[in-house]
Amino acid sequence: MRADADAPPLVAMRDITVRFPGVLALDSVDFFLRAGEVHSVMGENGAGKSTLIKALTGVYAIDQGTITVAGEERLFGSTADAQEAGISTVYQEVNLCTNLSVGENVMLGHEPRNRLGIDWKATHREAARHLESLGLQLDTHSLLSSHSIAVQQLVSISRAMVLDARVLVLDEPTSSLDRDEVALLFTVVRDLRDKGVAILFVSHFLEQVYEISDRITVLRNGKLVGEYCTKDLPRSDLVTKMVGRAIDELEAISEIAERDVDRSAAPVLRATGVGLRGVLEPADLDVFDGEVVGIAGLLGSGRTELVRLLYGADRADVGDVEVHGKPARITSPRRAMQHRIAFSSENRHAEGVVADLTVGENIVLGIQARRGWHRKVRRAEYDAVVTEYIHALGVRPADPNVLVGTLSGGNQQKVLLARWLATAPELIILDEPTRGIDIGAKADIQRKVAELSSQGLSVIFISSELEEVLRLAQRVVVMRDRRQLGVLDSGSVDVDGLIDYIANHGEGSVA
Amino acid sequence: MRRIVQHRLFWPVFSLVALIVVNTVARPRFIKITVRDGELYGALIDILRNSAPLMLVALGMTLVIATRGIDLSVGAVMAVSGAVALTIIDDSSSPGSTTTVLAAIAAGVGVALLLGAWNGFLVAVLNIQPIIATLVLMLAGRGVALLITDGFITTVNSHPLNYVASGYLLFVPFAFVIAVAAVTVIALFERRTALGMLTEAVGINPEASRLAGVRSRGIILGAYVVSGTLAGVAGIIYSSNIRAADANAAGELIELYAILAVVLGGTSLMGGKFTIAGTVVGVLIIQTLKSTILFLGVSSAESPVFFAAVVIIVVLIQSPRVHGLARGLTGRGRSSEVPARTDAEVPA
Repeated sequence: MRADADAPPLVAMRDITVRFPGVLALDSVDFFLRAGEVHSVMGENGAGKSTLIKALTGVYAIDQGTITVAGEERLFGSTADAQEAGISTVYQEVNLCTNLSVGENVMLGHEPRNRLGIDWKATHREAARHLESLGLQLDTHSLLSSHSIAVQQLVSISRAMVLDARVLVLDEPTSSLDRDEVALLFTVVRDLRDKGVAILFVSHFLEQVYEISDRITVLRNGKLVGEYCTKDLPRSDLVTKMVGRAIDELEAISEIAERDVDRSAAPVLRATGVGLRGVLEPADLDVFDGEVVGIAGLLGSGRTELVRLLYGADRADVGDVEVHGKPARITSPRRAMQHRIAFSSENRHAEGVVADLTVGENIVLGIQARRGWHRKVRRAEYDAVVTEYIHALGVRPADPNVLVGTLSGGNQQKVLLARWLATAPELIILDEPTRGIDIGAKADIQRKVAELSSQGLSVIFISSELEEVLRLAQRVVVMRDRRQLGVLDSGSVDVDGLIDYIANHGEGSVA
Repeated sequence: MRRIVQHRLFWPVFSLVALIVVNTVARPRFIKITVRDGELYGALIDILRNSAPLMLVALGMTLVIATRGIDLSVGAVMAVSGAVALTIIDDSSSPGSTTTVLAAIAAGVGVALLLGAWNGFLVAVLNIQPIIATLVLMLAGRGVALLITDGFITTVNSHPLNYVASGYLLFVPFAFVIAVAAVTVIALFERRTALGMLTEAVGINPEASRLAGVRSRGIILGAYVVSGTLAGVAGIIYSSNIRAADANAAGELIELYAILAVVLGGTSLMGGKFTIAGTVVGVLIIQTLKSTILFLGVSSAESPVFFAAVVIIVVLIQSPRVHGLARGLTGRGRSSEVPARTDAEVPA
């Protein structure tokens, strides 16, 4: 049975709005999921994908809108409410009990009972039956942890079937699977679809989305872009819709950025064949004085992996790095800092700000780390540095004594930029510095990057927003599927060309 | 008034004062301090003297907890350091000589430092969970101490050693002087250098700190070294007090009292922000409570229950939740005057 577009949707989410302090995560989004279809939700980070899923699975309460399941309006106060309504979720990280047996996991909470309590024989028999219906032959007595992640995920799915799920949410299920495991998973998913289960599939891998899904809903910046049939949506159109084509008034910034870079001296940083097995195929990159090199590619394309290797956050297993023409071994963030390289992570909360320290402490943290604990930044210097950067970057509130965790995302990002600029780097690597922050802060940060590079700072700039990359960078490194596709001169390509390059380069087809 | 109440040390200090008031009401001589031969005497002075070992251990524990860790081995380290020092004195031909005693103390504390470094190595370099890493030494340490003393309780009569726990320096007990010195040195060290801020950064967000270039490994290792060393000093004071090295009784359960003192003082077990002043107050609360039990003549069978009951009361007094409930009970007028500063404002 395949989805019938005219049939009433099994799940209808209408006008869904979810607010977080300072951020509108979902802005009156509609989403419809039909029985017997695989439906992908696409969007870059911060687009609202995971918020939508969490609203559907009862993790977040919605501030506005309605959720209807099988014609009945529901209010999800908890994940239990969503499960009650027949919605089950399989997460990226398997959320089963790995220290229990496969059978126990499948039947957990639904074990058949007899007079003596749980009937273990029947439990394992039932479990085996459910697993077999997915085409899985497993020893139900074996420990779950003894199986691969792929099998664990399939166990997770069969557990969802025990719960009689009508809706199955697969959140990045394939991110840690190899090719054969993905194929196995997809066989099971197609089988369930044909049995009439509605499946919501989320993945960063374009190929997989095109392989498995019947329909695609695209979100951007918390808003619905549209719902499309997969077969009517060429890849390049999808990418365009995901990254957006916002008309903006950032011409001035691009004027600053449009200049010739002097490439006669040795580059500030030159990486040759830098890679890490299983993470990134060897890539080349060089950055000259005062140059902005952009890295374009979708999330998971290897762009973050590449810069983490350059900064020493992870260690490369192949490749050579030169700083100002001299060989350098950058094996840790400290080493990178000694070479005057700074790195601002895409993961602001986990790897950027220290939430319970103040704005001032967060700003001087970089300088202080460089000096070591015994040479404390003196009060006068502290005040001078903190005041200077709060004003230069327009941090709001302009109070050095508030905890950084209470600031909005854009202001936290400015604090991070301040931390790194205060260390007077020669090269600064900015990974998604504008993600999930408001338009004003985005423009502030881009302007600052353009200004600083025109004064001689070298920058590696990563952003999902291709306009930003093209606006700021003189050259663009393009990546896909953890591989470097090539390096483009940003003057010679526009956003459409870049999208086409990302989507189709090396595929031998032009959509 | 409101600012005083909102000070993070208000409720710990309030609890301490309340304990002292209760004791004084029960027996007024509790707060009496007399001077005899240039030495201070009284129940409060005893509390200060007796609190020294716990003060030292809790001080180290504060730093370890600030790095998101925990050090369960402090009691065992106390036993080892006492065993090392007293065995050296016992084996020496001149147990009464100050030089011998100083050398023995240096050896005991030195061994404690190494044990702290071992803990730090396991946690910071090998990335073993702190509770497991220090559990190893907690269990093994007393065995090591027993090996050193050949399974006996080594008793020593040495005047310089006795001075450590029973002596006086300028009116005050020498043990208390050591504790004050340790608190002062550590507090200056943490706050006059950047160590305190970097320790908090590592405790709050280890990965962000690493990417910011902080030597988190060294900072974490350092915290365990300090904890071990201070436990070593505490072990010397303990042994001096009983004039013996008792591998089984030395520092028994002190790791738990130290954790309790840190928490009562307002440092979160989640790591990050720490307060040395808070820990000092926490230690004094515990020590005062122990004295209260003796002072009020609570029977030994009843004393653990009494202790636990008072600790629960103290914890409840400090709980923001309870403050909220109390405001609700005392009427709206006050609650609007004092806006609730809860922890509910943490964003997703």
